[in-house]
Amino acid sequence: MTHAALDDRITLAHGVRLQWEPTQECNVLLYPEGMVQLNQSASTILELCDGRRVVDILKTLNEQFPDAEDLEDDVRAFLEDAYDRGWIQTKA
Amino acid sequence: MTADGSRPRPDTGPLWFLAELTYRCPLQCAYCSNPVDFARYKEELSTEEWCRVLAEARALGAVQLGFSGGEPLVRQDLEVLVAEGRRLGFYSNLITSGIGMNAERLAALKEAGLDHVQISFQADNALLSDYVAGAAQFDKKVEMAREIQRQGYPMVLNVVLHKGNIDRIDSILQMAADLEADYVELANTQYHGWALVNRAALMPSMDQLSHAEEIANQWRERMEGRMRIYYIWSDYYEGRPKPCMNGWGTTFIGVAPDGSAIPCHGAAGLPGPPPPSVREHDLAWIWRESELFNRYRGEDWMQEPCRSCPERKKDFGGCRCQAYHLTGDAEATDPTCSLSPLHHLVTEAVDGAEGRTVVEEKPLILRNPRNSKDLAKGTEQRPISRLMEELEDR
Repeated sequence: MTHAALDDRITLAHGVRLQWEPTQECNVLLYPEGMVQLNQSASTILELCDGRRVVDILKTLNEQFPDAEDLEDDVRAFLEDAYDRGWIQTKA
Repeated sequence: MTADGSRPRPDTGPLWFLAELTYRCPLQCAYCSNPVDFARYKEELSTEEWCRVLAEARALGAVQLGFSGGEPLVRQDLEVLVAEGRRLGFYSNLITSGIGMNAERLAALKEAGLDHVQISFQADNALLSDYVAGAAQFDKKVEMAREIQRQGYPMVLNVVLHKGNIDRIDSILQMAADLEADYVELANTQYHGWALVNRAALMPSMDQLSHAEEIANQWRERMEGRMRIYYIWSDYYEGRPKPCMNGWGTTFIGVAPDGSAIPCHGAAGLPGPPPPSVREHDLAWIWRESELFNRYRGEDWMQEPCRSCPERKKDFGGCRCQAYHLTGDAEATDPTCSLSPLHHLVTEAVDGAEGRTVVEEKPLILRNPRNSKDLAKGTEQRPISRLMEELEDR
């Protein structure tokens, strides 16, 4: 993904699951034969990737974190990285 | 060592739990990673025993669950075990040949909560595929791969590469693309178990591996965003050992069909006391306290050159099973390491594959109960290298 368009709807990629792991005390992303531990910000963004549009993800995050600087740039950079890693997909 | 002389115990649990449900299998692949003496495994765990073990593994923190074998579809209770795995919160992976599958069963497994299917292919055509697997099965696999895709599972297509199929990698990747695999694992043969027995007949040359990697790279570019391609080298050619199991007793726990708990796929073949059984102990005790899971934890067991080598933090001294089966000493440096004083054991095998030395052509010894009983004659445990010498003498 070069640029996540604001109207793109984002979901977790096919076969990817996000869940809380009590023994690791964090959210993890699970996919075929693999796992990544998520930090707080990655976790917060990915939890919003439930089919809503990028613009709505940004709106929600802006409401939750009104004082965050460069929020939009950071989130869009994260989404692009997450797409390249195969964690999320865009839905037409 | 800690003050009381014991090895450090792990402060974390495993993440990966592999349930080897059965060693029964309709195929006879000559590179199978199952123990060479698999025919001695009797009395598979019952459904109830597996359910208990799954719960124990989950409580320890394991989150990835692999159902493998043999062929896990041979177990008629697979659907029950998948449902239990889902209920416990595992991400479940079915590692299968596709033989024993049909559309109804696949749908039932999906209903039970199966997350992903990894299907093995031997080649891109029936002739070669059926030859290596010792059974006519290629067309069935293709049919099942299409069905896996149709039912919306994420699909990993796994191909073990060896001398006989590695030059067909372009056609293999074309087949994977046609079958719309989400991931392709092109795994060069790792010479454990049956693959070690058949090493001379399976080993390609370094040029073949490099060429195959180039083709895989071209496909990776072409398929970006549609199909992820992993190309895995064999440690024989690299001069560096693999960080086996991400370190002994750190990440992985497996349970064999008879309930033996193992820190790696081949651990039951190591000398020493037999593996702890889930029939006698709970998994938490096995993970934390058992002799086997602590045997190669940490670094205290290491010999030179590993002991003082900075690489030990990355490769953990390599694979214990490989060390044992090639050198006769399970604590030796993995001989695939260029720093191992016994590295010549590996370079000689590569020289044979390169045609620098003359290697006698041998037929493949297929993985089946008859060959298993024949190979593992007698009760004394011995390295596969010795077993092969005995075979020569017979």
